[in-house]
Amino acid sequence: MTKDDCKKLVTEIIADIAPDEDMTNLKPDVRLRDQLQLDSMDFLDIVMELRKRHGIEVPEADYIQLASLDSCAEYLTPKFNAIEGKR
Amino acid sequence: MARQNSLARCLDRVWDHLHHFMKQSRIVITGLGLTAPNGNTLAEYRQNLLTGVSGVELIEVRYMGAQPAGVCHFDPLKHQKKKDVRIGTRAGSISIYCAREALADSGLSWDGFDKSRAGIYLGITEHGNVETENEIYNVSLFKHDTKFWSHHHNPRTVANNPAGEVSLNLGITGPAYTLGAACAAGNLGLIHAAQMLRLGEVDVAFAGGVSESIGTFGIFAAFKSQGALASHPDPTKASRPFDRKRNGIVVSEGGCIYTMERLEDAVARGAKIYGEIGGYCVNSDATDYVLPNAVRQAECIRRAIAHAGLTPGDIDIVNTHATATPQGDIQECQAIREVFTGCAGVNVNNTKSFIGHAMGAAGALELAGNLPSFNDLTVHPTINVDDLDPQCELPGLVLNQPRLAKRVDAILNNSFGMLGINSALVIVRHRA
Repeated sequence: MTKDDCKKLVTEIIADIAPDEDMTNLKPDVRLRDQLQLDSMDFLDIVMELRKRHGIEVPEADYIQLASLDSCAEYLTPKFNAIEGKR
Repeated sequence: MARQNSLARCLDRVWDHLHHFMKQSRIVITGLGLTAPNGNTLAEYRQNLLTGVSGVELIEVRYMGAQPAGVCHFDPLKHQKKKDVRIGTRAGSISIYCAREALADSGLSWDGFDKSRAGIYLGITEHGNVETENEIYNVSLFKHDTKFWSHHHNPRTVANNPAGEVSLNLGITGPAYTLGAACAAGNLGLIHAAQMLRLGEVDVAFAGGVSESIGTFGIFAAFKSQGALASHPDPTKASRPFDRKRNGIVVSEGGCIYTMERLEDAVARGAKIYGEIGGYCVNSDATDYVLPNAVRQAECIRRAIAHAGLTPGDIDIVNTHATATPQGDIQECQAIREVFTGCAGVNVNNTKSFIGHAMGAAGALELAGNLPSFNDLTVHPTINVDDLDPQCELPGLVLNQPRLAKRVDAILNNSFGMLGINSALVIVRHRA
């Protein structure tokens, strides 16, 4: 999986978590919270959906890694690839 | 000693004033919002009640397959964002829709209204079963690992959820809570609101009842195990109170919320008035978990009528609670027969025959279906009675076709529930 693939999957999850938001022009290097109406409960939902849909665990200490799409891709892509490697 | 006497006199005066205030405050209904299986506005709902249109259809119930149920088809996005629908509950969406529609209907000037002086009082039969079943089903897909259990579970399942979601949506900072009273709950919402308005706790109340019960298989399964779940090849004929072939309850969702105010406030702002709270009674059977008690029901009805300062002969419409269970309908008919013997003018009907049993919403929705009778003097019928059970035969029963009444000045609304809770509410025509 590439980082762009990872960003696409994360964007799909966010679109479901925040269905009223316009996702078309998300800037990957800007904090998601600064572009979208997301609160701490929404980030818990993102963590839950990563767990449910992709079997990925994000420990609480690492929540900060989900700040932007770029940081998500940086942090999650190896996890996606590790899981794919196990399959 | 002199100081004590002075204090006592002062307290007496306060008590007299309070007592006078509580007795004299007349409470009126000034707005109404509803969603029923056969209508999302009062006009649509009433039209369908007068033309025999049922709202019962077949739905897939988890683990049970197709079952007849009353489903509402309002648009939650009319008053909510998609995210709020996702996070909240179906009962919350129903409540918000009804409250917003009631507010618009009331003509209250909301922007300038002190939101701390508004209260929300919603009757519920149950709340939380739907969300709990959904989460259990969800974790069952993950080997029952509870780390897949949603953090939304608690705010979704707290008993005050439906009222709380309305407070969030409308920015109401006054009291907002639900009243758990089984299937008597819809009436309880209005009764409690009248009491709070009389106490001066709030200036406007959003009151009624809600139900999301078609989302929980547990309610269907429990009625089935009890031998009290309706079945019929044609779902629109499944809910058939008083008919010899009735075989149980059609579970429904729905909601109905009224805006209620003290009469002087409503008159001062030139509000339209649907009707006035005449009287009410809530009592308990104290005899059984499930089985109704006709003696206590009759007592409840008599006390409500007396509380309104009326006699049984003054009641023009009796809207029955009858849910189409074999025994329950007979018990209620016994109670009505006992109270209304010799009252030639009374009309008796049933709304569940159209919409099924909307549980916590039932009392409030069924009242709404009858309020327009003050204006058109027409009593909606009880449908699906092909073969009247002789044990349910009552003088004045309005069967299958609407009836023009000579007079509609007082409506009695019955709602009874499990654990033996009974509620009877009398609404009277408003006269200045």
